[in-house]
Amino acid sequence: MKMYGKHRFPGRLFVVEGIDGSGKSTQLSLLHNWLESEGYVAFFSEWNSSPLVRDVTQRGKKKRMLTPTTFSLIHATDFADRTEHHIIPPLKAGAVVLADRYVYTAFARDVVRGVKPEWVRNLYGLAVKPTVAFYFRISLDEAMSRILAGRKALKFHEAGMDLGLSGDIKESFRIFQGRVIEEYEKMVEEFGLVVIDATLPIEEQQAQVRQIVTQALTGTKKTRIRRWVDLASMVKGSPG
Amino acid sequence: MGRFGFYGEGIPGLGLEDLKGRLIVLEGTDGVGRSTHVALLKRWLENNGRAVLDTAMTRSALAGKRLRRAKKGHTLGAITMSLFYATDFADRLEKEMIPALRAGLVVLTDRYIYSLMARAIVRGIDPDWIKEVYGFALKPDAVLYLRVSVDDLVTRVLQGAGFDHWESGMDLHLGDDMYDSFVEYQTRMLSVFDKMVEGFGFEVIDAARSIEEVFDDLKSRVSRLLAPRARSVKSLG
Repeated sequence: MKMYGKHRFPGRLFVVEGIDGSGKSTQLSLLHNWLESEGYVAFFSEWNSSPLVRDVTQRGKKKRMLTPTTFSLIHATDFADRTEHHIIPPLKAGAVVLADRYVYTAFARDVVRGVKPEWVRNLYGLAVKPTVAFYFRISLDEAMSRILAGRKALKFHEAGMDLGLSGDIKESFRIFQGRVIEEYEKMVEEFGLVVIDATLPIEEQQAQVRQIVTQALTGTKKTRIRRWVDLASMVKGSPG
Repeated sequence: MGRFGFYGEGIPGLGLEDLKGRLIVLEGTDGVGRSTHVALLKRWLENNGRAVLDTAMTRSALAGKRLRRAKKGHTLGAITMSLFYATDFADRLEKEMIPALRAGLVVLTDRYIYSLMARAIVRGIDPDWIKEVYGFALKPDAVLYLRVSVDDLVTRVLQGAGFDHWESGMDLHLGDDMYDSFVEYQTRMLSVFDKMVEGFGFEVIDAARSIEEVFDDLKSRVSRLLAPRARSVKSLG
């Protein structure tokens, strides 16, 4: 088994990180569209999306069955399945893989939940080291106002309610995500995360992201995929 | 100070001082008779007035059912399977075994982290990595390692349910058919187990003997283990 940093694949892996409400998913989706329009084969992989594992996580969360250890392990299992199926094979094939959240999400959240930083870093030793990991930096207040503007309520685990920090969900969110931000900030140097100011206008952030991605794409395979083929025109004409 | 310790980093927020019970592990390759002996030991201990919790792989409330289903499919990779088992194990450790130990029960477990590590290692997973993953596991009071040769295992499998996909390591493509694959896979498993004997303090039990002989051996070992506390219960075995 190859460990973090030891994989060598022809493809490229770009990941976005940041707390909820940082706008990272929007940025990744803009990047995805742009890469495809430029002719790259872009493959998208999302946190917590393994068909084998996802429903265990969802049920565990819903029924409040998870402890810090099992929370960490079930997310790592999900991540392992995605790595084995959706990350390594496309990277081997020379594709551009885009990941919405990566190991750093686990490092931040799980450590705040109480697991040892060294243990969770070892756990995710199976991961491929990304080409570039973007960290969308935002203040707690700004993130909260964005989330609450977009939907009615905060979610139980996203507010860290399982930690018993406060009975008030907003207060719990504030304490929990505040600690998550502290963990992200520590990782900027540890893992060389590329910081994007998430309070800048969307276009400006995207321009910065594209510039960095463009530099990292030198030598990457471009395959223009034909979106549709005019079958009718192909069979016109007569033999000979 | 309690008697228990962790193999590594441990479980966040869990103190071990109040764990009064005994944790006894039965280990060994597939088909060696572990589950039969766990069931016999449980009845024998209960007949002697001991409260017992028994547990085995893929029985966790959190992940057991889904893991069994995933094993029926064909998309389960080696690392994913290892971590899925680790999740199942952690849930049983935290939700079943530790509460039982706190209540003073004898916990009998059919397999422990050693089988899970061995399966990972024969599938090419870094031994140091998987060992550190299981740093949250408790060091048990005893690991009773039931050992037989591969030849004996083959006989037992043929007398039982026949060759099984995972027990034959079919995912590793080791042989032309299930028999060849079984022999190669279980040989590798045995060699990994044998290497663990010293490092993890296994008690090796010759399981090629008759079921009565093996059970007598197990009973005397378990009696010794429970001895200082067994006085009030009176004559175990």
